[in-house]
Amino acid sequence: MTSKRFVLTFPPAATGEPITYNLIKKYDIMVNIVRADVSPGKIGHLVMEMTAPAKVLKEGMQYIKQQNVECEPIEKKIHYRSDLCIHCGACSAVCFAGALTMGRETAELSFDPEKCVVCELCLKSCPLNLFSIDID
Amino acid sequence: MSEKRSIEEINEKIRNGKAVVLTAEQVSAMGKEMTPAEITRRVDVVTTATFGPMCSSGAFINFGHTTPPMRMEKITLNNVPAYGGIAAVDAYIGATETAMPHDTYGGAHVIEDLIAGKDVLLQASAKGTDCYPRTEIKTLIDKSSINEFIMFNPRNAYQNYNVAVNSTSKLKFTYMGTLLPAFGNANFSTSGELSPLLNDPELRTIGIGTRIFFGGTTGYVAWNGTQFNTGKPLNEHGIPVGNAATLALISDAKHMSTQFIKAAYFEKYGVTMFVGIGIPVPVLDEDMARRLSIRNSQIETNIIDYGSGNFEILGQTDYESLFSGEISLNGKKIRTAPLSSVKVARGIADHLKKEITEGRFLLTQPVALFPVTTGLNSLNIRL
Repeated sequence: MTSKRFVLTFPPAATGEPITYNLIKKYDIMVNIVRADVSPGKIGHLVMEMTAPAKVLKEGMQYIKQQNVECEPIEKKIHYRSDLCIHCGACSAVCFAGALTMGRETAELSFDPEKCVVCELCLKSCPLNLFSIDID
Repeated sequence: MSEKRSIEEINEKIRNGKAVVLTAEQVSAMGKEMTPAEITRRVDVVTTATFGPMCSSGAFINFGHTTPPMRMEKITLNNVPAYGGIAAVDAYIGATETAMPHDTYGGAHVIEDLIAGKDVLLQASAKGTDCYPRTEIKTLIDKSSINEFIMFNPRNAYQNYNVAVNSTSKLKFTYMGTLLPAFGNANFSTSGELSPLLNDPELRTIGIGTRIFFGGTTGYVAWNGTQFNTGKPLNEHGIPVGNAATLALISDAKHMSTQFIKAAYFEKYGVTMFVGIGIPVPVLDEDMARRLSIRNSQIETNIIDYGSGNFEILGQTDYESLFSGEISLNGKKIRTAPLSSVKVARGIADHLKKEITEGRFLLTQPVALFPVTTGLNSLNIRL
């Protein structure tokens, strides 16, 4: 089984297709919605974790894309300029999801996008403004 | 008889490449196994360091004269106001000053840009005098075009600092970082057992004239810092609990590096500057060895409510707990996070260790020691 987080971007004119229902029912993918921001007539976003054998996950992703919905792994949507990081730890203060943590021995920041819930608090908390998210 | 050595004896060893230099973290680890007497016999110098946000920072700049000359009065650098109420082409650019309305760019960024060798836009106006007739100027400057570029930070290297929590139900944005509601996190900002003034808590070896590592180059302790307070209560290990002594530091910013001077913006607070400082402490005797072997578990500080606005002391904790990622306050576990980079501080301590070991950095006897104070004045409103 593989667990991965994805960001789904819905076009303003959604098809009305029950995508998550079909992912569960037809593909037997375990779906956990982390964040949802979907309003009629606007671009919508769904952050969700999908758990299934790797092959099934791939099929699920293809199905989502066939519905004219963009589906990207979360790490492609969240950008962290690790090359400029000073490892102060200010972002880890707000990351209640545990995606940003300080190594006790190394005193280095590590970022695990698979734990990110896209709360966006790190964007405001990094004193060097090193985080950005491609979700409007 | 207990072992003692003078700074001159230590410098002689440094010159001969025979000094034993360790970082404060290494000596703290040593202190678990060895007595202060043994450490005194084995170690000559201990390097301490910190790299944290220090708002009370800035730089004096002399722009050079134009023809005809000008006494610059209202001055901006990349639209950030600089203080020009001193002689003709001198100015002071403070780290926290901002370019309105873009308050995410400020004096610290101007300083970092200049250190990086970038062009900075200088604009100034003046009323014009018989001796200084020019009234307007708009030009680009960089660090090679200006005369002096002297970083002078009135308050750096705080000896210990508060831990910030937020008791309220709202998210708070502070100079201690973002504080989650209902004690959702606890933020702290020192390098603990690696921090300079925690390794010489009585300031026996650090005083006016002490040579240090400052922002990537050699600097000096100019004076005691502002809000200098030696009157804080001490714990059983002789460490002041809460923010106490401070340092005023000076150096040539032209030789600094953007690796150790970093502009920063704290959401809804403003601009500040991460400053890298390293101070070598001589192991003069057993008392100094005992001080230098201080460990995070022995350094305590106050937990303060930064959310409610009255800065109430809610409890105390130690740096071992703070660095572990979790502290306990009134039976509740609170996740912790640093704001000061131990990683960069370690790099500074290692660098300074190498410089001293290889004979390029000698220690100094302070020209004068700092005063002993009894506390701080508050500002009473008299009108």
